[in-house]
Amino acid sequence: MTERKIRILLAKPGLDGHDRGIRVLACAFRDAGFEVIYTGCHQTPEQIANTALQEDVDLVGLSCLSGAHRYLFAKVVELLRESGGEDIKVIGGGIIPEHDFTVLRDAGIQAVFTPGSTLDSIVQWVRDNVKTSKRQ
Amino acid sequence: MDLIEKIKNRDFRTASRLIRDFEDDVSSARDILKDIYPHTGKAHIVGITGMPGAGKSTIIGELIRRYRIDNKRVGALLVDPTSPFSGGAILGDRIRMQRHFEDSNVFIRSLAARGALGGLSRAVGDSIHVLDAMGNDAVIIETVGTGQQEVDIVNYAHTVAVVLVPGMGDDVQVMKAGLLEIADIFVINKADDDSARKLRLSLMSLVDSGSPIRRPVKPLIAAVGNISNNELYNQGLDQLYRHINAHRNYTLENKECLSAMLEKKLFHELDQALKYVITEDIMKSIAEREDCRREIHKLRTRELDPYSIARRLIKIMQHPSGNPNQS
Repeated sequence: MTERKIRILLAKPGLDGHDRGIRVLACAFRDAGFEVIYTGCHQTPEQIANTALQEDVDLVGLSCLSGAHRYLFAKVVELLRESGGEDIKVIGGGIIPEHDFTVLRDAGIQAVFTPGSTLDSIVQWVRDNVKTSKRQ
Repeated sequence: MDLIEKIKNRDFRTASRLIRDFEDDVSSARDILKDIYPHTGKAHIVGITGMPGAGKSTIIGELIRRYRIDNKRVGALLVDPTSPFSGGAILGDRIRMQRHFEDSNVFIRSLAARGALGGLSRAVGDSIHVLDAMGNDAVIIETVGTGQQEVDIVNYAHTVAVVLVPGMGDDVQVMKAGLLEIADIFVINKADDDSARKLRLSLMSLVDSGSPIRRPVKPLIAAVGNISNNELYNQGLDQLYRHINAHRNYTLENKECLSAMLEKKLFHELDQALKYVITEDIMKSIAEREDCRREIHKLRTRELDPYSIARRLIKIMQHPSGNPNQS
């Protein structure tokens, strides 16, 4: 049996250039032994979904500090479902008001991490929820 | 639709997942390679190497744009380093190629080096075949940021471009063995000050004086200016793109040169496959078979040295039920 390496895409959709948080998270994921594909700011949902398929990631982490998370996060999930990537999990983070949490969960975002979330708690969420398929 | 058809129809997820199987050393993936291999051998393999921050990823993004203008399909494999401590990696080369993310004729895949020392990943050789079978006219490989000795790319690429930047040492650096010897094309990037002129002179003297050890073709030189001067920047990249195609055409037209290059590459690939096939069975047996484990014990007790044990293990494999001393 082969232990598979977890692959994660981190991206910032929309018009938002605040990438300090997602960069810190990328380093935390690297230190946890994950392979992180980082594609930076100003991505369209289409670019993010296509990259997730081309890189065969297990998880997409989206960061948004501009307030447009409800549209952008949901759109990424929708595009993944349309293109055969429905098994790819999507999580989100950023400046997100609490009353949007259920809206995002209903749209298929599996977890939301806001300011104050510890890096350890995010890494642990990945370990608990991302099960890479083991093949002989 | 079977897997081979999916790959030939450019199903990105299927292709990427197969590459992942090669990366994770899933042995069934090598059976799939049997069916892929007959569909390969058409793509032009271009290697881009050079120091960290030299501009490899940006140049590849620009090369892809030029291939697309010529209506060619492109695949790219981008290798970045793996942490020696955590085994994790940050793969950030794609960020320079964002404009191609929505183009179904461009397939880009990032790979972590996972401990390979030659500037590539162990999965690169097999992954190239996947991108080739997808019908890409060109497959571009970006190595990790290299120093002087990470020259594995020469075993995989038909054309190697080494990206240099000015100001990295005097002209003695240019004489040294290693990275500079593998270039079919030198790229002087960020070539907008006087030190770029000096680098060009050093490279020209290297190109003119060196004996053609590996290549019968004299390396070409392309200088790419600063992006702030858009016209010069694009001219330099146009020239690089022309050089890559010129090198391809030269090798295709000179049959002797072509067959020497292909033979060297095939031998390298066979060498890798041979090591894999031989060690795969033995390593499995070591874990499973009692007689193999007894041999390992002799290593621990210092009764025999590792080389003698290795030879004995091979004999055990050849005579599955017998004693290695009998043969």
